[in-house]
Amino acid sequence: MARPAVTRLVLWGALVLLLALPPLVQGLGADFAVGVATRVLIFALVGVSLNLILGYGGMVSFGHAAFFGAGAYVVAILAQHDTQGEQLVTWPIVIDGTQSALIAWPAAMAVSALLALVIGLIALRTSGLYFIMITLAFAQMLYFLFISLRAYGGEDGLSLFARSAAGPFDLADDVHFYYLVLGFVLLALWIKRRLVASRFGRTLRGIRDNERRMQALGFPTFRYKLAAFVMAGAVAGLSGALIANQTEFVSPSFLDWQRSGEILVIVILGGMGRVYGPVAGAVAFLLLEEVLSAWTDHWMLVLGPILVLVVLFAKGGIWSLIERGETTDG
Amino acid sequence: MLLVLEQVLNGLQLGVMLFLLAAGLTLVLGIMNLVNLAHGSLYMIGAFVAAGVIRLTDSFLLGLVAALPAAALVGMAVEVVALRRLYTRQHLDQVLATFGLILFFNELVRILWGPRALFMDVPDWLSGTVEIVPGAPYPAFRLAIIVVGGTVAGFLYWLVRRTRLGMLIRAGASNREMVGALGVDIKRLYTLVFGLGAMLAALAGVMAGPIYAVEVGMGEPVLIVAFVVVVIGGIGSVRGALVGALLVGLVDTLGRAFLPTLFRAFLAPDTADGLGAALASMAIYVLMAAVLAWRPRGLFPAHG
Repeated sequence: MARPAVTRLVLWGALVLLLALPPLVQGLGADFAVGVATRVLIFALVGVSLNLILGYGGMVSFGHAAFFGAGAYVVAILAQHDTQGEQLVTWPIVIDGTQSALIAWPAAMAVSALLALVIGLIALRTSGLYFIMITLAFAQMLYFLFISLRAYGGEDGLSLFARSAAGPFDLADDVHFYYLVLGFVLLALWIKRRLVASRFGRTLRGIRDNERRMQALGFPTFRYKLAAFVMAGAVAGLSGALIANQTEFVSPSFLDWQRSGEILVIVILGGMGRVYGPVAGAVAFLLLEEVLSAWTDHWMLVLGPILVLVVLFAKGGIWSLIERGETTDG
Repeated sequence: MLLVLEQVLNGLQLGVMLFLLAAGLTLVLGIMNLVNLAHGSLYMIGAFVAAGVIRLTDSFLLGLVAALPAAALVGMAVEVVALRRLYTRQHLDQVLATFGLILFFNELVRILWGPRALFMDVPDWLSGTVEIVPGAPYPAFRLAIIVVGGTVAGFLYWLVRRTRLGMLIRAGASNREMVGALGVDIKRLYTLVFGLGAMLAALAGVMAGPIYAVEVGMGEPVLIVAFVVVVIGGIGSVRGALVGALLVGLVDTLGRAFLPTLFRAFLAPDTADGLGAALASMAIYVLMAAVLAWRPRGLFPAHG
C-alpha cells in the first residue's frame, strides 16, 4: 500500500533529526540532552515491544515492566558477580558473572523471554480483564521477589560499577551509547514492520479482531499469541538491559506497576497498532514529564488530567494525526 | 496455638478491610463494567480526611463521620465529570484514564496535607485488649474492625438481595440496556452505586489509619490486592468478594507469620527467613494464578 507523502516526510525528518541529534545538542552546549534522548529511545523500544502484543495481538498486558525489570536485573546481577569475583551458579554448570554486553544482553533477552513463556502459558488461558489482572499479578510477584532478595540490594536496588563492555563501542561515552540504542530501535522497527506484514502478523491481527473465527479457520491461536508474547518479552528484556546500562543502577521500582502503566501510556499516547506509534508516544510522554517537572514540583497534578483527556478525546494517539486510515498497514 | 489464633484473627481483620474495598470495586466492575484503578485514591482520601478532622477535634468518631460523605462526594464528582464517559470504552482506556486520576489525586493530597505520613491514634475507648479465649489478649480495635466489616458485609447482602435498589443493581449487572429501557434512571443509579463504593473504600481507609501509616500512595498497594480479591472471587459477585477477601487475608497473614518458621525446619535460618518472606509476599499472587488456571472466571462467576 502506498504510504502518503506526509508520513514519509515525517519519518525521514525524524530519522535525520535522530542521527544528527548528538552533534546538534553538543553544539548548543546542552550535553545532558543526549542522555535524555537515550532514555526516550529506550522507552520507545519497550513501547515497540508492548505494541506488538497490545496493538497487533489485542493482549492488554499490565505487567510489561516485569520483563523490562528482569532484563535490567540480569545485567546488574551478572556485573555484580563479575566485580566481586563470585560465581553466579556453581551447580550443575558453572556460570561466571560478566560485564560483557555480548553475553549479558542476550542473557537478559533470554531470561525475559523464558519468563514471558512461563507467564504467557498461564495468563493467555484467560482474556479480557482477567488477563490484565493476571499479568499485573505476575509483575507484582516478581517485584516482591526482588524486594526480598537482600543479596541483590533488596528494596535499595543495585548499582552497576560501570556500563557493559561492548567491543568497539565505548558505552561509557554517552554519544556512543546513544547511537547503539538508536541502532537497536531502528532494527526493532524494521523487524516489526516486516513481522506485521508477514503471515504471522496477519494471523495475529486476525486473532485480535476475531479469535473464534481464526480458531475456526484452523489457526492454533494460543501458539500464535504465545509466540508474540515471548517475542515482546525478549525485546522488553533488551530494553531493560539498556536502561540498566544508562542509569548504572537497578531497583525493584523498575518493575513496579506504575512502570507498567507508563509503558502502556507510551503505546496508547503514540497510537497502538501503528509501527512508529510508540516512538512518538515515548518522545511525547518523556518530554512532557521533563517539561512539567522543570516547571513545577507538582507536575503529576497536570500530567494526570492530561492522560484522562487523551483517553477521552484523542483516540488513535499521536501517530494517527500523521498517518490517517486503518492500522493494518505498517 | 494461641499464636495461631491471633494470626487467624489478624488474617480476618485484613480480610474484612480488603472486602470493604473489593465490594465497591466489584460492584462498579460488574454493573458499570468499569475498571477503576482510582478506587484506592478514595481509600486514601478517606484516611486523610479522617486524620485531619481527628487532629482538629480529637474525636475518632467525628473523623469517621466526616470521611465517609467526603469520599462519597469526591467519588460521585469524579464519576460525573470523567468516569461516566468511560463506561462504554474498552478496559484499556479505563485503566489509562484512572491511572491518570491516581497521579492527580496523589499529588493533590500531597499539596493539601504535605508529603509526610500522618499518624492516627487508636481511640481511647478501643485501645484496650479483649480476651476472647482466656490468656489470649487481642487488641480491641482490630476486633472492632472485624465486627464492623462483618456488619457491613451483612448489610450489603441485605441491600443487594432484599431491597429494590439491590434488585436494580443486580438487574443492571446482567443487562443494563434492558434496565434503562424499563424506565430506571440508570445514570443516577450508577452515580449512587459509585458513591456507595467510595464510602466503603473510605471506611476501610479510616479503619486502616491507626494500623498502617496514612501517607500519599497508600491506596495503590492495597488496591492491587483488592483487585486480586475481585478476580479470585469472580467479577461482579459481592459474595465472591467476601470469600476472596477472607481467603487472601488469611493466606497473606498466615504466610508472613509462619512460612519463615516453616522453612527453618529444613534450611539455614538466613536462607529460610529470606525465602519465607519472599514466598509469603508472593503467596496471594500464586493463589490468584492458581485460581485462574483452575477457573478462568473466578470462584463465583456472577453472570453469563
